[in-house]
Amino acid sequence: MNADTDVPPIVEMRGITIRFPGVLALDNVDFTLRPGEIHSLMGENGAGKSTLIKALTGVYAIDSGSIAVAGKRQTFSTAADAQDAGISTVYQEVNLCANLSVGENVMLGHEKRRGTGIDWKTTHSEAARHLASLGLTLDTRSILASHSIAIQQLVAISRAMVLDAKVLILDEPTSSLDRGEVEQLFGIMRDLRDKGVAILFVSHFLDQVYEISDRITVLRNGALVGEHPIAELPRDALVTKMIGRELEDLASIASSSHREIDRSGTPVVRATGLGKRGVLEPADLEVFEGEVVGIAGLLGSGRTELVRLLYGADRADEGTVEVHGEHVRLHQPRHAIEHRISLSSENRREEGVVADLTVAENIVLGMQARQGWLRKIPKKDQDAVVQEYIDALGVRPANPNALVGNLSGGNQQKVLLARWLATAPELLVLDEPTRGIDVGAKADIQRKVAELSAQGLSVIFISSELEEVLRMAQRVVVLRDRKKIGELEAATTDLDGLIDYIANAGEGSAA
Amino acid sequence: MTAVYKHRLFWPIVSLVTLIAINAIARPQFIKITMRDGELYGPLISILRESAPLMLVALGMTIVIATRGIDLSVGATMAVSGAVALTIIDGSGDPGNLGTVLVACIVAVLVSLVLGAWNGFLVSVVGIQPIIATLVLMLAGRGVALLITGGFITTVNSEPFAFIASGYLLALPFAFLIGVVAIVAMSLVERRTALGVLTEAVGINPEASRLAGVRSRSIIWGAYMVSGVLAGVAGLIYASNIRAADANAAGVFIELYAILAVVLGGTSLNGGKFSIAGTVVGVLIIQTLESSILFLGVSSAQSPVFFGFVVALVVVVQSPRMREGLASLSGRLRSRGADARNDAARNDDKVEVA
Repeated sequence: MNADTDVPPIVEMRGITIRFPGVLALDNVDFTLRPGEIHSLMGENGAGKSTLIKALTGVYAIDSGSIAVAGKRQTFSTAADAQDAGISTVYQEVNLCANLSVGENVMLGHEKRRGTGIDWKTTHSEAARHLASLGLTLDTRSILASHSIAIQQLVAISRAMVLDAKVLILDEPTSSLDRGEVEQLFGIMRDLRDKGVAILFVSHFLDQVYEISDRITVLRNGALVGEHPIAELPRDALVTKMIGRELEDLASIASSSHREIDRSGTPVVRATGLGKRGVLEPADLEVFEGEVVGIAGLLGSGRTELVRLLYGADRADEGTVEVHGEHVRLHQPRHAIEHRISLSSENRREEGVVADLTVAENIVLGMQARQGWLRKIPKKDQDAVVQEYIDALGVRPANPNALVGNLSGGNQQKVLLARWLATAPELLVLDEPTRGIDVGAKADIQRKVAELSAQGLSVIFISSELEEVLRMAQRVVVLRDRKKIGELEAATTDLDGLIDYIANAGEGSAA
Repeated sequence: MTAVYKHRLFWPIVSLVTLIAINAIARPQFIKITMRDGELYGPLISILRESAPLMLVALGMTIVIATRGIDLSVGATMAVSGAVALTIIDGSGDPGNLGTVLVACIVAVLVSLVLGAWNGFLVSVVGIQPIIATLVLMLAGRGVALLITGGFITTVNSEPFAFIASGYLLALPFAFLIGVVAIVAMSLVERRTALGVLTEAVGINPEASRLAGVRSRSIIWGAYMVSGVLAGVAGLIYASNIRAADANAAGVFIELYAILAVVLGGTSLNGGKFSIAGTVVGVLIIQTLESSILFLGVSSAQSPVFFGFVVALVVVVQSPRMREGLASLSGRLRSRGADARNDAARNDDKVEVA
């Protein structure tokens, strides 16, 4: 909180303009970052947050404007230039070498030398020290990929610390962390701030932004909306500034979700005793027609594992699955798709989009895969389907021939949703469909899901945001430590009740 | 105009045309084509005829590379295919009989299919890295071929078999026509069915494709089988050309030339997007270069150096950095006084590329 306007800024960006083909990504944007402050950059996907960060870190060249770091005008042409100027970045998706050890990742490029070689012992103990300053006790010789995404994220932050950064940019660092880990991270961030480090923080979690920030800069459609001390910008005002429309959208989704579901008949899908050794203890799951079943639990509680077993993405070693009361064997995702079950993975980049294919090809992929390669869907039909979903979900840019890899996270998620909806599923499983995407896209996706479920689509909805689970679902299945611990009715449960249940329920007497 | 300039095949075709032009300037008869007894002759026709084995192998390689794989065993498969065919023809009482030759060729291609299926099995089912999986057959295949021929170079005198490499049909070399059939067949299958886009999806992101319900395993397996079959046919052409099954010489290093042809044609070794047309141009560049070496009278001792130098040149000219440099250079030259128009054009291109 020692960030008053008198302190000379560490980063001053003035009149930044960046053009991409056909898009003005940043239009004359000013941004100021002062030492010893945590400054949140807010805006929808496509507002220009990532572009601004990439301008600051030397990834994108600016078309006009100026960047000064510590009063000195800088022209970064590579990311290394920015790093040398003391700007370190932890990107949204973990950007480390998964096949190297934790210690090697932390110390990469800063290994301790001995003669002409590397002194691995000192390097690892140095890495351990850096990790310990984040409160992490890890075996630094373990392979990074063997750790959860959350731990990898903290390793990435720890790596930024090794670089002794004056400016630390955290782009969505919390999207994969559970509450405890977020608290841990925030503790570290406050420490660093008090030592005078300037932190640029990007998060889609409003609570976190309000908990940690000193100041907020809001962007919309590539333009600066304003810079405000946190105390002067109430939440609803912030959201209105970000999306330029009122928030009642989300509230109306909640009211439409909370309707009665007829559970007297045969469920659309019923899994009995579905489990896999070392992955998930046998669990039961039923989804009825038109029902949205939320799955809640901490990261690593088995949420993703449960639906992957159901979908055949991983092979279950026990349990049965029935679709409309008939036993089916789902050993591969395509078996599930044949029975009109679709799953959208939480891992958008690795398991979702095919980045080098176009929006159209990505949307049609699921349908085409079900048809088989011999029966190509005619171009005319493809175009019709693609256009229908681009319009219905508001994919931006609305260009079927754009490469999906060039779209923002929220729009990639819409493309995935379109792919699955195009296969006309009866059960749609959405694993973290709104993670790391902006309020506007989130509302679009939630609204579409609520609308479809009202028309009879069954949905399994997984999210780390418990408010979202309660808003979307009629029934919430709760998992903990790779085990199902019970079910709650969303209408009669509030947030505190759900948190309490996740934390405490089922001790001794499983529901 | 600029759209042509930015097309992915622009530089490969420029390289090919330049090579032919240099040859034509050095010795004008290079581009001379004559008709004799209703058959076309000339250096360019020879290039088309001689490119057939590499063409077939490179087409198969394109599909395998598109799935993120690589097939090192194609040369060995060629050796096996030739050995099988010649052993059958040699063992029959009547080498000149068309039926015998047909049976021999069919059996040889089926054996090649089995070898391709073996590669595909190792890669797609067992999950061995493609370079290692196909290395097994690359090393073992020639041994198998020697086993079939009993360790000898089997030679035959069979008119129908010799026709494969040296015969003419419709005024064109039969071997070249085989290549054309393969090109057309593959282009049709890729474009008229969804196989092309599904193969690209598997190559770009195998796990996302599997979760989308794509039969990734079958597609990868199939790619190696296609590669095996095409290598088998290439082996027949090679054996027909020398009228012998030489297990130690058939298709030596052809896997590397095929990979080179695929890359020259603009397909990335990282898998995904591929271009059949690009591979065809790549093969023609390599074959033209080989012929140039003979035609321009480069001494045989120097020819590998010459070959390597020209390939390096072509690859550098095609590299993204060089293309950007050349594009901006020519952009600057053209745009004096017409900056705005040029910018607009450049932006249009980028959108198209994106």
